[in-house]
Amino acid sequence: MASLLEVDDLHVSFATEDGLVRAVDGISLSLDPGEIVAVVGESGSGKSVTALTLMGLTRGPNVSFGGSIEYKGEDLLDAADERLRRVRGAEIAMIFQDPMTSLNPVMRVGDQIAEQILAHEHVPKDEAAARAVEMLERVGIPRARDRASNYPHEFSGGMRQRVVIAMALSCDPSVLIADEPSTALDVTIQAQILERLRELRQTENAAIILVTHDLGVVADIADRVLVMYAGRIVEQGTLDEVFYNPQHPYTWGLLGSITRLDIPPPPRLPSISGAPPSLAARPEGCHFRPRCPHEFDKCTEDPPLEPRAGDSKTHCDRCWLSPEDKRARRYVSEDQIGLEAKGAIV
Amino acid sequence: MSESSQSNGKPLIDVEHLKQYFRVRSGVFVNRTVGFVHAVDDVTFTLTEGETLGLVGESGCGKTTLARTIMRLLDPSEGTIRFRGEDISDIGQRKLRPLRKDMQLVFQDPFASLNPRKRVAQIIGGPLKLHGHDDVGPRVRELLERVGLAAEHANRYPHEFSGGQRQRIGIARALALEPRLILLDEPVSALDVSVQAQIINLLDDLQDDFGLTYMFVAHDLSVVRHVSDQIAVMYLGKIVELAPAEELYTKPIMPYTEALLAAIPIPDPKRNRERERIVLEGEPPNPINPPSGCRFHPRCPRATDICKDVEPPLAEYANGHLAACHHPQNVSAEEIKAAGKSPASPLSAGDELPQP
Repeated sequence: MASLLEVDDLHVSFATEDGLVRAVDGISLSLDPGEIVAVVGESGSGKSVTALTLMGLTRGPNVSFGGSIEYKGEDLLDAADERLRRVRGAEIAMIFQDPMTSLNPVMRVGDQIAEQILAHEHVPKDEAAARAVEMLERVGIPRARDRASNYPHEFSGGMRQRVVIAMALSCDPSVLIADEPSTALDVTIQAQILERLRELRQTENAAIILVTHDLGVVADIADRVLVMYAGRIVEQGTLDEVFYNPQHPYTWGLLGSITRLDIPPPPRLPSISGAPPSLAARPEGCHFRPRCPHEFDKCTEDPPLEPRAGDSKTHCDRCWLSPEDKRARRYVSEDQIGLEAKGAIV
Repeated sequence: MSESSQSNGKPLIDVEHLKQYFRVRSGVFVNRTVGFVHAVDDVTFTLTEGETLGLVGESGCGKTTLARTIMRLLDPSEGTIRFRGEDISDIGQRKLRPLRKDMQLVFQDPFASLNPRKRVAQIIGGPLKLHGHDDVGPRVRELLERVGLAAEHANRYPHEFSGGQRQRIGIARALALEPRLILLDEPVSALDVSVQAQIINLLDDLQDDFGLTYMFVAHDLSVVRHVSDQIAVMYLGKIVELAPAEELYTKPIMPYTEALLAAIPIPDPKRNRERERIVLEGEPPNPINPPSGCRFHPRCPRATDICKDVEPPLAEYANGHLAACHHPQNVSAEEIKAAGKSPASPLSAGDELPQP
């Protein structure tokens, strides 16, 4: 069976005064119904641009694209704006990061949700309004009927994010793209939002692309993980493959730098030294090379993304180190997530 | 630099029954007060020199207001704040000014807290000039190097730096006057995880080198664990639990603390699947009209009638572990029996201690 969404070798570049910024440099991914795929990486790794491009939101005079995005067999990258407008919101919906700025402040939330329903379906206005209330109920907003006539400023951050989710779900999309849906929220509210996403996958069989930099959230909810660095995927695999048998030193660094509550705290927090490279001037070869403590001669050559970890065909990475070398430089034990052997990269 | 004053058990900040209420006004021509936001409501604690107090709670619980009131950026409504034994709760601005250099702030948002039109040298040198230093150049370069930047960065503008680097500039600015207390208001929550670790390690080093005292405000418990000696959990303007750092994680007494801990996802898929999920429903109530009795009772899974009627006092358990709860957990019957009412309890709290 063909997958729901198939992205093949996607490139997105922006022409800027400082030169061509290759924000996304050859990303491929496929998404099946009911699957949650997490895209992780630091700021500037191209994860949000990938998400926005799937929605056709990065089009502009200074942007050039390459590769293809196929949704149910139809190419979206070259689709006409008119066609894209039909898909966007109805078939592929998005939850934006910041619930404070992604709602219209001068429009009642019920009307905002109804507006989207009316844009995609030929239904009477009062039916759209009733469905908006129903959506608000479904995402757990108490007294939804009254609340639908409130303005966004009358809601708290967590409630606003629910409104955004209600809006995204209002046309029963089959793909949901969530760009840092819980980053701006308190942990208690984050747990509630993740619970909603989990329910959504169960009841609607929706496929979710979750863009986040929080590996705790990923471990909580994702089925598969893509680790992005400087516009490329440096490692991909199932949740367990990436967490328990990580292959790329960047993944080790990311896994190591999470503050954890379930183990005694280390005297010093492991961190990755330096900062991600500018996307306009990336280092030759492996882009992680300048920050990588395991760099050697071969790293000046560009490592392709391929299965290197052994049996699994789905577990791919871009690192020249041999699997034996990697294992030697990393803790591997049955119930521990993979960390670098010396504890810290700095 | 300043003579290193390692932890010597002396209180640096002493806060007693501190309240910060904000008036809610209504009306165009007549300003009627229609209520008060109980942002900080009767908080008592001591911060020992050279130590770090972590202050944790959801947004709107009053943690930032408490921090700002202690710095006297806000005038307290009631209660006393003592800085090294001296009452600073209502001294005037003129007397306050020399104390300002002993207390510095690092802000949450490294993009908004640096003036975009000033060079780094001016930003870091600003406080030095204000306090009468002349040749600030060498000191600025020294500070930049101390926080892990290069001396030649002094001539750049904030927009040329990444978030983590900007936060380092903010820290250098706070260090410039050799303060005793640095108030860190969510210093890492706007940063990437890998960079968060860098900044936390830097703060740790600086504390050791200069004998600094930190008050670290955060909205979740995972970050503060690495820096704190004591952690206070706030809910709707009150401290509901205060404990030595490690003890809070192994033995949370108040159900709210446990809920906060449970809400943090464990970055280990297998353990995550095994663990029982507690999702705290609802959101913090309105601080204008806080619930009666224990303020957490509408969301608390263990609440009973007494929680609605009587505000629980802070009970003192072993190891100086304070918790305000009628139904404490993770403590044995003997421990509950041995617990007494802490003098840090809010004045409005009842006398009923939890029963085993």
